[in-house]
Amino acid sequence: MTELIAKNGFIYDPLNRINGEKMDICIRDGKIVDSVKDKADVVDASGMIVMPGGIDIHSHIAGGEVDTARLLRPEDHVKDVEVKTALTRSGVGYSLPSTFTTGYRYSRMGYTTVMNPSMAPLQARHTHEELSDTPMIDKATYPLIGDWWFSLEHIRDGLIEENAAHIAWMLKATRGYAIKLVNPGGLEAWGFGRNVHSLDDTVPNFGITPREIIRGLCKVNTLLNLPHTIHLHTNNLGRPGNYVTALESMKCVEDLAREDKPVMHITHIQFCAFKGEDWGNLSSGAEEISHYINNHSHVTLDMGQVVFSDTTTLTADGPFQYGLYHLTGNKWVNHDVETETSGGIVPFRYKRSSAVHATQWSIALEIALLIKDPWKILMTTDHPNGGPFTSYPKIMTWLISKGAREKVLRKINKRARKKSLLPTIDRELSLYELAVVTRAGQAKALGLKDKGHLGVGADADIAIYNINPERADPSKKFEAARQAFTSAAYTIKSGQIVVKNGEIVKPIFGKTYWVDVKTSMPQEVNDDIKKKFREYWTVEYENYPIQEGFLHSSAPLTVKAEV
Amino acid sequence: MTVITSVTCPVCGTFCDDIEIIVDDNNKIIEARNACAMGAAKFLNFSDHRIKTPLIRKNGELVEATIDEAIEKAAQILVEAHYPLLYGWSNTSCEAQRVGVELAEEVGGVLDNTSTICHGPSILGVQAVGISSATLGQMRHRADLIIYWASNPWDAHPRHPERYTMFSDGRFQKSSWTNYLSKLRGEMSKKKIQRASNLVLKKDFHFAPCHEEGLPYSMYQQKRRTIVVDVRKTRTADAADCFIQVEPGKDYELLQALRVLVNDGELDVDEVAGIPVKTLEDLVDVMVGCKLGILFFGLGLTMSKGKHRNIDAAISLTRDLNSRTKFLIMPMRGHYNVTGADIVSTWQTGYPFAVDLSNGYPRYNPGETSAVDILNRNEADAMLVIASDPVAHFPRAASKNIAKHPLISIDPEITPTTMLADVILPPTFVGIETEGTAYRMDHVPLPLKKVVEPPEGFLSDKEILQRILEKVRELKKRDMD
Repeated sequence: MTELIAKNGFIYDPLNRINGEKMDICIRDGKIVDSVKDKADVVDASGMIVMPGGIDIHSHIAGGEVDTARLLRPEDHVKDVEVKTALTRSGVGYSLPSTFTTGYRYSRMGYTTVMNPSMAPLQARHTHEELSDTPMIDKATYPLIGDWWFSLEHIRDGLIEENAAHIAWMLKATRGYAIKLVNPGGLEAWGFGRNVHSLDDTVPNFGITPREIIRGLCKVNTLLNLPHTIHLHTNNLGRPGNYVTALESMKCVEDLAREDKPVMHITHIQFCAFKGEDWGNLSSGAEEISHYINNHSHVTLDMGQVVFSDTTTLTADGPFQYGLYHLTGNKWVNHDVETETSGGIVPFRYKRSSAVHATQWSIALEIALLIKDPWKILMTTDHPNGGPFTSYPKIMTWLISKGAREKVLRKINKRARKKSLLPTIDRELSLYELAVVTRAGQAKALGLKDKGHLGVGADADIAIYNINPERADPSKKFEAARQAFTSAAYTIKSGQIVVKNGEIVKPIFGKTYWVDVKTSMPQEVNDDIKKKFREYWTVEYENYPIQEGFLHSSAPLTVKAEV
Repeated sequence: MTVITSVTCPVCGTFCDDIEIIVDDNNKIIEARNACAMGAAKFLNFSDHRIKTPLIRKNGELVEATIDEAIEKAAQILVEAHYPLLYGWSNTSCEAQRVGVELAEEVGGVLDNTSTICHGPSILGVQAVGISSATLGQMRHRADLIIYWASNPWDAHPRHPERYTMFSDGRFQKSSWTNYLSKLRGEMSKKKIQRASNLVLKKDFHFAPCHEEGLPYSMYQQKRRTIVVDVRKTRTADAADCFIQVEPGKDYELLQALRVLVNDGELDVDEVAGIPVKTLEDLVDVMVGCKLGILFFGLGLTMSKGKHRNIDAAISLTRDLNSRTKFLIMPMRGHYNVTGADIVSTWQTGYPFAVDLSNGYPRYNPGETSAVDILNRNEADAMLVIASDPVAHFPRAASKNIAKHPLISIDPEITPTTMLADVILPPTFVGIETEGTAYRMDHVPLPLKKVVEPPEGFLSDKEILQRILEKVRELKKRDMD
């Protein structure tokens, strides 16, 4: 029985409405409990803030695409190395860290759970192999099902329940956590080099529209009672004027919402919030997007914040990535996956001096600050697309400090600065709200009931940062706050102290979450898929599903479906 | 008698997973259905010539040893070395490769795999310009133009055409098997006419080769068509619709000439690489007019003059074609898990091969940190070889330097490499006696199966490496105390 007590810290636990009170947190056997015995190990958190461990709802850290990107970019690694120590493995970093480095760097920042948001089902085994070599954090991954032939055919034929049963099979076969859609319909069109450009374009060879796919999968998600909503990367991503598509995507499922609960999550909203006709007059659609979100409660978003840095774009949006190749002339990787999805990789550098990039930088912050309810807009960079996850501490200061934002604003392209709404926005997120957008809100959106909070029964995943809100206002002393968020005073994972002063003191491995959906007729689905398997894929039915033992530490969430 | 279905074949990068293995009651494989000649040979004969016990060289002779003795000796060699080279990896599972990276890191050595003498240039090409590719099912479903360039699947990847390309059936394209049969009939008629003419006319009569007549009619039909580009007419070329014979060493010129034409440019010459420009123009018309084209390439490009520049040109050609139609490219990986070796190395160290861990962190500089170059300069003072036979394949100067230093070989059979070794550790055959994971040439991961029991006392590659790693740590600790 390992007992720990974190004493006397300022607690920020929004899910339990605790806003900076001084409290002790008691831990036993990896869980937060009411009380511990006197001989429990003590962590002195006086003068420091205590939050649930960080949670990242969307970060590309493992799998075929990520690894091909690592292979593509030796130049990204050479400038950032991690030396082997007695406790830690060596590795490389920057925008595409190797797996061990990924785990260590998240943990050093006080993060304890990360969601890998894109997994080609046929290559799921690869994602899980890499996650098994990613230490320190709990993780999960979302299979790409938005262009899966079974989905397209079922939805076209109105067989929503049938589709739900098949997707339940798919989630188990790939040990996935949520239904991911990327440019729905566009990826299938890209199989022959085409794309879709609106929600009502017809997908070639399948006679279905993106609107139907989104609505169909939204209904499926509800029937399956999944912990998270559908996770959508919208059509027309990265195109000037696309904020219209983002709004249409949100509107198209308005009528499917139940009891004010979200039914859709749109990811990296910054890339979908462009106003203007072309790159020359690009401006921010943040006002329109925020206005909609402020008046509706069926959609959650994450930011997709841009950081001025050299990074790597990698998404399942094959046609978009090809377009980015044309825009930049950089090296371009494309990887279509039979029957299922697509993918592309293009290195990219965001520059302060570029009007477009600087506008992009402003957009995500505008959205985060204009949306009144922090539970609706979560912090991400869509790592590594907007920037490496190691830039989170910097972004946190932009959210909590106008001064920090102004420091950046002073140096960005003049045209973008003139257009930016940020000079007119005084709002600074409080530490409580920051805890929402980086932990509590993330856990809530994901349906992870034992995470993102510090109440009794929660997983003992805790971050303690060296910020004393009584002594210094983090919105004024933002450089110190940034340093504090970069190197956690303590990271506690599953009740063990794993990081002290930003150094790994105990290497551990976390769990892989996935949903085990119980349907009423699983055998029929198995038989159906088995019969058609060879027509669709080039592998055998038996070799496709991943055995549970393959995962380093499997943690299924059992849900009962309504099919 | 047991029938085991959906078995993956541990031989080549085609990585067929539809093999059916029949095992008799004495734990012996008696049939390997669906397997090609190479796969069947491995499944049926793998155990015939295996090394039966670990061996250690004492006084110049290899003598039997226990597994513990051999592990201890191997660990000693690695601990005492300043710059050990850990090479091979392509014929074993990812599970073993993962331990291998940890071992290389622990001993501060260089980790390199067979890509270094095979598709290493392809990797360098990708690192320069990227690559437009897909999983093999995309070709099966959609490709109506297949190009095998400097690659001869008929010999090296026998079931590739029937599983993924010209003789496969997909959602949008059908097999061109009937095309091939018609062509065979046509060839036979041609031969008969030729023989008859020679008899009647009493002189030598030959039909002109493909490119002097313009492209064959079948190249303009709306079905799957195959082109082979090679320096000689291979069996694959026989089965293809069109054969383009490129002058040896001139692939780079040919690829760049095609790029000029694809980009609507004009060529100032009449022929390139021995092929008339008119033929090239017709070829480009076909390429631009297809629905989805795929270019598979092999060692004829990676290991001929130009090396990675050839690959750069080939990838750039397919990339340029994407502005006109959908076009993909894929290297024909040789060993069944060389792709896995690259992938595992990349996710753990950031680099796919030639990874130098001697400074405590990964460094990558092919030419400096690659196996053949290190051996040529005689910089490695010990070597561990696993799942590979470098002495049979490396340049002689490099192999001579292998012989000068302690050599550990983890290999189930006698090879030129084991014959030079100081320690031999025979493992189980992964994919037959041990489970694991491996990656097909298109990066699709599949499970390796266990279909028979290994002989008593044999450890898997993974277990051997783990034991060596533990022993290395023990010895290092002892040294420190």
